[in-house]
Amino acid sequence: MFAYYPIYKGYFRTALMVQFQYRIAMLIWLLGGIIEPLMYLVVWRTVSEQQGGSVGGYETNDFVVYFIAMMMVSHATFTWIMWEYVYRIRMGLFSVMLLKPIHPIHSDIADNIGYKFLTLTVMGPLTLLLAWFFEATWQPLPWTLAAFVPVLILAFLMRFYWEWSLAMVAFWTTRIDAMNQAYIVVGLFFSGKLAPLSLFPEIVQRAADILPFRWMLAFPVELLLGRITPRELLIGIGAQLFWLFAGYLFMQFIYRAGIKRYAAFGA
Amino acid sequence: MEQDSVIHIDQLSKIYTVNEREAGLVAAMRSLVKRKTRAVQAVDSISFSVNEGEIVGFLGPNGAGKTTTLKMLSGLLHPTGGSATVLGFRPWERNRDYLRRMTLVMGQRNQLLWDIPVIDTFELNRAVYRIPEPQFRLAVDELTDLLDLEPLLQKPTRNLSLGERMKCEIAAALLHRPSVLFLDEPTIGLDVTMQRRIRQFITDYNMRTGATVLLTSHYMADVEALCKRVIVIHHGKLLYDGELRGLADRFAPFKTVEVELRNGVRGLPLAQYGELMAHSEGRVTLRIPKAETASVTGRLLAELDVSDLTVQDPPIEDVIEHVFNQSPDPLDHPDRQRPPSE
Repeated sequence: MFAYYPIYKGYFRTALMVQFQYRIAMLIWLLGGIIEPLMYLVVWRTVSEQQGGSVGGYETNDFVVYFIAMMMVSHATFTWIMWEYVYRIRMGLFSVMLLKPIHPIHSDIADNIGYKFLTLTVMGPLTLLLAWFFEATWQPLPWTLAAFVPVLILAFLMRFYWEWSLAMVAFWTTRIDAMNQAYIVVGLFFSGKLAPLSLFPEIVQRAADILPFRWMLAFPVELLLGRITPRELLIGIGAQLFWLFAGYLFMQFIYRAGIKRYAAFGA
Repeated sequence: MEQDSVIHIDQLSKIYTVNEREAGLVAAMRSLVKRKTRAVQAVDSISFSVNEGEIVGFLGPNGAGKTTTLKMLSGLLHPTGGSATVLGFRPWERNRDYLRRMTLVMGQRNQLLWDIPVIDTFELNRAVYRIPEPQFRLAVDELTDLLDLEPLLQKPTRNLSLGERMKCEIAAALLHRPSVLFLDEPTIGLDVTMQRRIRQFITDYNMRTGATVLLTSHYMADVEALCKRVIVIHHGKLLYDGELRGLADRFAPFKTVEVELRNGVRGLPLAQYGELMAHSEGRVTLRIPKAETASVTGRLLAELDVSDLTVQDPPIEDVIEHVFNQSPDPLDHPDRQRPPSE
């Protein structure tokens, strides 16, 4: 692991330099990531106010904090790799990556973290601004704050491995937009992005427990809100580790199969 | 000399399966249910070895299988059959130690990052290839010197001309000092001066490092300047493996005879001696079947007032063109040379 340090340092440096070249594009991307949770925030806040200040155990302030936290967690864990791979394969850029003596996932991880690091300078103040504007009050518990860091890292890694693996479908067909869209729609319901999962019917909640999406987004958010018991925290971390390991195995399998296909059909 | 061979290929083959579809809406709908495929033999059982330090020209017309072979040797493609080792590695296993010791430069592919200065891509390669700092500095200085990169290093790739970019691409591909170079059309699209510069650089690099080079090029000037030995493939099959100058002996069924006449050429029945290629005041160039060279030159000397006469092999470009035009299927070619048996 230590051997990768200089390589990651090199990748970070490059990723930051490239991002600096695209400041406007970066801001537009950010705007896209902010508008969606902001929209849900406004809708649920209004619904809550009209329902007398509470819906399904969430008070108006809870909705505000939930969606601001969701915006942060979603930003910290999102990837764009599923859209990028098709372009890479079509343009022959993947061949260049294959000739390097390192697995291509490393440059993608570094690229992603580099972008997040840079955008934190906008996301941080924006979060405070939104909290002030919507008069959010939040009293975090020290242990949830401490647990949040590893939970967020696990959420990022599991999301990264799964989405990187799904991007590999581009080896079989370069028309994967429909698949990407399906993944996003399913994720919207089961990740808690659209609404806190406890507001959904029981069957959706049970499905969310089984699927990986909840552990990528809703779980870290609920932890921040103090809505997770220590026992649920351990179960959640167990689920994250399971999905991370499964994602890793899936990635290894699909990457090997994908490379074989790529190498058979013409790189 | 099997023990010295850095690249060794034995009966290497590659068959692509390509989808086929006729034009039109009906055909498009039919292809949804039943997809038609066709097998294309890109490389057909070729065998050869390249020794350490050799620069070998890998020639063939478009679609001959050159790039497919280079991709197999650099680990980008799995072969359908046969075997190959480079530096003792099976390339398609893409062992990291192998990838650190070879490079593939393709004329139209780029590893330079578009938006950042060239030197920063070099720095990234230093990290990825784990090149120690002093060795990296030395390599950059050397490549800057050989390729005249000084004014380019601080410029973003997008601001470079094609020739400048190609020089930087080559430099980026050589920072880790690979001992095997696969160069696919390294001078494509470059002007004559830049081509000459790149050729000189390849020679220098080969001399300095003893690297083994396998190079494809459509420019015969590249091949003539760099390669004593050439391997010719056509329709995926090996057609010739030997010295460049032997190519004419093997394949060109004619010689070029240049004659200088004291009393000019007007009125002389020159066509009876051979195919008239060019003529000017007092000088004529004839193409003569190889077998008739001795008798025709004898007649020329005896029957005309000749002040000078030279017999030459035709230009290598003509020979190559002749080979590709005359031999749609190399198996049918009477002069086909079998790969050398090791």
